[in-house]
Order: sequence, then structure tokens, then C-alpha cells
Amino acid sequence: MSGHLRTLSQKVWDWHLVHEEAGAPALIYIDLHLVHEVTSPQAFQGLRDRSLKVRRPDLTVATVDHSIPTSDRSLPIMDPIAAAQVNKLEQNCKDFGIPCYGVHSSHQGIVHVIGPELGLTQPGMTVVCGDSHTATHGAFGALAFGIGTSEVENVLASQCLLQRPSKTFKVQVNGTLRAGVSAKDIILKLISNIGIGGGTGTILEYTGPAISILNMEERMTVCNMSIEGGARAGMIAPDDTTFQYLAGRQFAPKGADWDAAVARWRQLPSDPGAAFDREIVIDGDTLDPMITWGTNPGMGVSINGAIPDPSTVSDPMERESLTKALAYMGLEGGKPILGHPIDVVFIGSCTNSRISDLRIAASLLKGRKVSPNVRVMVVPGSMEVKRQAIAEGLPDIFRAAGADWREPGCSMCIAMNGDQLRPGEYSVSTSNRNFEGRQGKGGRTFLASPQTAVASALSGVVTDVRTLLG
Amino acid sequence: MKPFLPFESRLVPIPANDIDTDQIIPARFLKTTSKEGLDKQLFCDWRYEDNGDPKPDFILNTPRAKGVEILLAGDNFGCGSSREHAPWALTQFGFRAVISTSFADIFKGNALKNSLLPIIVPADVHAKLFAAPDDTTIQVDLATQTITLPDGQKVEFPVDEFSKACLLDGVDELGWILKKQAAIAVFEASRLGTVNTLAE
Ligand code: SF4
Repeated sequence: MSGHLRTLSQKVWDWHLVHEEAGAPALIYIDLHLVHEVTSPQAFQGLRDRSLKVRRPDLTVATVDHSIPTSDRSLPIMDPIAAAQVNKLEQNCKDFGIPCYGVHSSHQGIVHVIGPELGLTQPGMTVVCGDSHTATHGAFGALAFGIGTSEVENVLASQCLLQRPSKTFKVQVNGTLRAGVSAKDIILKLISNIGIGGGTGTILEYTGPAISILNMEERMTVCNMSIEGGARAGMIAPDDTTFQYLAGRQFAPKGADWDAAVARWRQLPSDPGAAFDREIVIDGDTLDPMITWGTNPGMGVSINGAIPDPSTVSDPMERESLTKALAYMGLEGGKPILGHPIDVVFIGSCTNSRISDLRIAASLLKGRKVSPNVRVMVVPGSMEVKRQAIAEGLPDIFRAAGADWREPGCSMCIAMNGDQLRPGEYSVSTSNRNFEGRQGKGGRTFLASPQTAVASALSGVVTDVRTLLG
Repeated sequence: MKPFLPFESRLVPIPANDIDTDQIIPARFLKTTSKEGLDKQLFCDWRYEDNGDPKPDFILNTPRAKGVEILLAGDNFGCGSSREHAPWALTQFGFRAVISTSFADIFKGNALKNSLLPIIVPADVHAKLFAAPDDTTIQVDLATQTITLPDGQKVEFPVDEFSKACLLDGVDELGWILKKQAAIAVFEASRLGTVNTLAE
């Protein structure tokens, strides 16, 4: 491969190629395997059935996030099935020698929040997890993607995966975002442009001035939702912002190792002139806050835009999908989304639950009260985020505004743990999926940024945050 | 895994695009630690009323679905979450193949590892199948990568050659990977350590 101009993802791929032979996919080495309670029990059982060990417990780390309650952690988990699943993970980790940040660990959190904050996620790595939002870690210039449970078992047993190389897809974001417009709006815009299958078979690489200027948490928000465009991975080239974020973190290299690592990481950015299979350009200067109106993340519009009208769509299956989505959402085509009443606001998930998200939410809530008609949940992404928020006095601001401040976990992003919408309720959520029933059976989700979520919480209707900024 | 042999079956059509894995099996059923017992939860929120009664007009609840092994679905089937519970639920219901114009990457990989064949057909064939009579029977032959329609039309579909070999032989990937342990050890020895999650 050397001699070619290579992209970021191709370089990471080349660094991890263990074995290639005709008639089979490449065998790729995995540097970091993140494990959680939902997609791993059957994989551990598979190891037991074959009398296998975990090859590299030192490259593996587990936490609980999906099915745990976000209420008082000193109480036992009330749901016996969830409790059994959490216990199973802790037992599996003990049996196989894997470090596990359990319910009471000071490192517990959403798996895609804790990997970066502990310095486990590093540029040029391959990172996998039995979770499709593993793409989050691509913000560091890692090749990171979600896998199924069979592949979790493969990685536990061999530290390797069989993979075919993906196509490369460059997402160039130009310009400067205006006030009230955020990283979340970039990714919602991209997905509404390419559709939820638009990135299938590709690895996205986000680049351009509007990306370079983002901090690491904002970059994670962008990469996180790559899967919502159908791409298994989304990456951003590491730069000084990346290195500054990582320096000094618990598992980041130290001393001479750090210097050597940074020198290696500086080779990662795509070679100038390297060819991508596809490219798209997004204009950051004209980007508005985005919000979804439908039942997949590609069904999004500018906050000032109109809900699409099925009668203007010619393809019958497409029209059918649109009509079905509107019926589920209880919305009418052609109407504005702005001003639509809501019942719940959810601030959390691996997309938007980091300290910078909470700071933005608190800055808008400070000295204000949320609408009495709206239940507002703020769920920090990890114990570390929670500690930092407390140190900055953010929970007091949330509570004073009438919002509910909770314990770290996935919570209402996936509604496995009892945090959920009631049938028919509308929520503005900072999470990543608005599929039917995703946030509770019959629940209706509008996906948006923390800014839009807070503005809507204050007024009780879908609101353009820019009206608050004056 | 059993070798994947040729078979024939009628079709169950679900004419919706972008069917995501939250519809195939809702997240609240993912608290299980087993692979079994998921057939009842397949398409649960489309299939049952709030009180648990089957919705009589949902296709999986109709006599037409009985014994059928092929699901015919709209574009981009299986998007969303990486949950392998989706192909587990589909195969436990009795499906051995899903026909669509496209599949989400992770779902496709998961399906192939569970003897559920994702069959990609061109849009015209897709439309023809949706328009076909209820009792239309399709023959599926993985070895030749073809489906045969009742009028004799043969349609080829793409399959990754390695996955195909695994399915035809009824073996899984891990056995193959474990034979490469020497290469894995050489690779590990050749590179610098990255992280050590066991270090405190
Ligand atoms: S926060 Fe939501 S998307 Fe992220 S890992 Fe948890 S359930 Fe998945």
C-alpha cells in the first residue's frame, strides 16, 4: 500500500492488518474492545461452550449502561431481569479477568462516554463494541465501529475480526456555525441530506473548517451519529485539539511514550490529494438548527422548515413510508414544526451527555423555569461527568429550573430501564434515534441539539434557541 | 450450524422501507441473557395490541405467514442498532431469508452469521415480488446464488464468498480465525502496546 496516497481510515486499516488470503476477508487486529451488559452475555456463553479464554483482557473493558436505572444507586435494581443481566456481566468479567466498571464504580458510564474520558480511546486505534454508536470514538481518528454479538465473541477469543475494507466518504463542512447552531445540527443535516442508508458500506471522514474548530466533545457528537447515515464508522483526523484533550488522561501514554505516540498520530491525517470514493459538502455558514419530525433520523428539517407533505412525493413506497411516519408521529404534512407542543425533554445519551452539553444546557436554564407542561430529564453520560457537573454547581441550576437531575446511563435514549415516554407523548431529545417506540412504546421523538431541547423545555413547544439569544 | 441447503417457500411481504432493528425486536426485550425465546417478540409492537392480543391484520398473524421462510421487505432493511437479537428473532420465527433491495451493514453481517440469508434483488424484481400473488413460491439456492421465480425467471444475488462458504459448510467464522493464532501472535509481538485496561 505504501507509495499510494491514503486516507485516514486506510492508514488505520493498514496498521492493523494481521493476515490476508484469497477467498476470505482481511483479519484485522482490535486495540480496544468495549463491552456492556446487553450484547455480551451470549458471547461469553459462546466462549464457555468452546472452552475458550479471553485472549486480551488487557485490551478489554466493560461497564453497565443500557439497562441500569438512573435513580438512586444505593437502592437495588428493581427490575429482576435487568438486575440479572447486570449481575451476569459482572460475573462474566470476573470469570474471564476483564476489568468491569459496575453500577457502583466511580468510572461507570455510557460506554462511549467513558472510553474517551479515561484516555482509552486514542488516535489510530481500532475500537469495537457491541453497539452501533461505537462510531463515536472515530472523533479521535480511531477506526471504531459497532459489531454484533457473534463478533463480540470473535474479538473476545482472538482480539481480531474478519473485515472487508469499506469505501471512503468525505464529508467536508465549510464555514463557521452561527450562534445557536451546534455539532448536532451538522450531523442531523448530513443525515437528512444523504438519508439513513446513504452511507451504507462507507467510512465517513469529516473534515473542513467547521469541523477543525470543534472541541473533542462536539466532534464525538458528530461521529456518534455516523451510523444513523448507514456508515459503520465516522472519523476525524487527530490534531492538537485531540492531543490536548488526551494529555494526562488516566490511560493515555505518559512521558517519552506520549511523545512517541504523538509523533505516530501526526502521520494519520489523510494524505493531501488522497482519493475518496464519495464526497459531499455542507455549508456551515447557512446551517440552521435542525430537528427531526419523523421516525428515522434522516427525517429532519431546519427548525424553521415545514414537515414534508406526502402528496408531493411520487415514489409510492416512499410516500407510504412518509404517511406511516406522520401517522405515528400524529403530524400533518406541510405544517411547520416550530411551535409544536411537547411533553418531555431528554438531555442525555452518548450523543449529548458530556460536560460541555450540560454546561450549555445549564447556561440556558440558569435563572429560568421550564414549562410546567414539560417533564425535563438531565442524565449525565458518566460518573466523571456527574462529578464535574456537581463541582460546577450545574445540578442546582437544573433543579432550580424544574428539571430532573439523574444518575449516569443510557436512560431514555433506549428506554430499557423504565425511563420512557408514555404512549402518544412528544419529546425533544438530544439522543440519536427516533424510531417508533425507541423512547417508549407509542412515544414520539424529535431529535435535536441540547440548545434546541432547552429552548423547547422553557416554552413547552418546539422552539428556535436563537429567540433566546437575543 | 447446519449447512445451508436449497429450499423453497412462499413470501411474507412487509412493504415498508428502512425497517430498523428497534421494530424487528424492541429494546425492552434485550434484557435477556440468552439467545432463545425471541420469536414471540419479533415485530412485537406491530404485531400485538397493548393488551397482548395479536393484531389480526398484521401479516405475521395471518394464516399466510404459517410455515413461510422468506420475508420480503422494503429498502434498507435492518438499519439502526447492532443487536444480533434481530436475526435471532427472525430465525426463531422460522425465516431463513430476507429479500430486499439493500440491507444495513451490521444487520447483514449478523444475519449471515446466523444462517439468515440476506438476498439483494434489483428494484424491478423487488417490485414484481411485491405485486405477485399470495401463494407465489420462490426457490432459493445459495450455491448458485440464485432465486427462481414461479415463471422460471432466475435472479442472481450477491453474497460475500467467505460468508457463503461458511453457510454452505455450516461452520462459523471463529473456527477459521482461531486457526490463525500464530499470525495473530506474530502481529502482537511486532507492535508497541497501546493501552492496558488492567493497569490501575
Ligand atoms: S446512549 Fe443510547 S445510543 Fe448511546 S449507547 Fe446508550 S442506548 Fe446506545
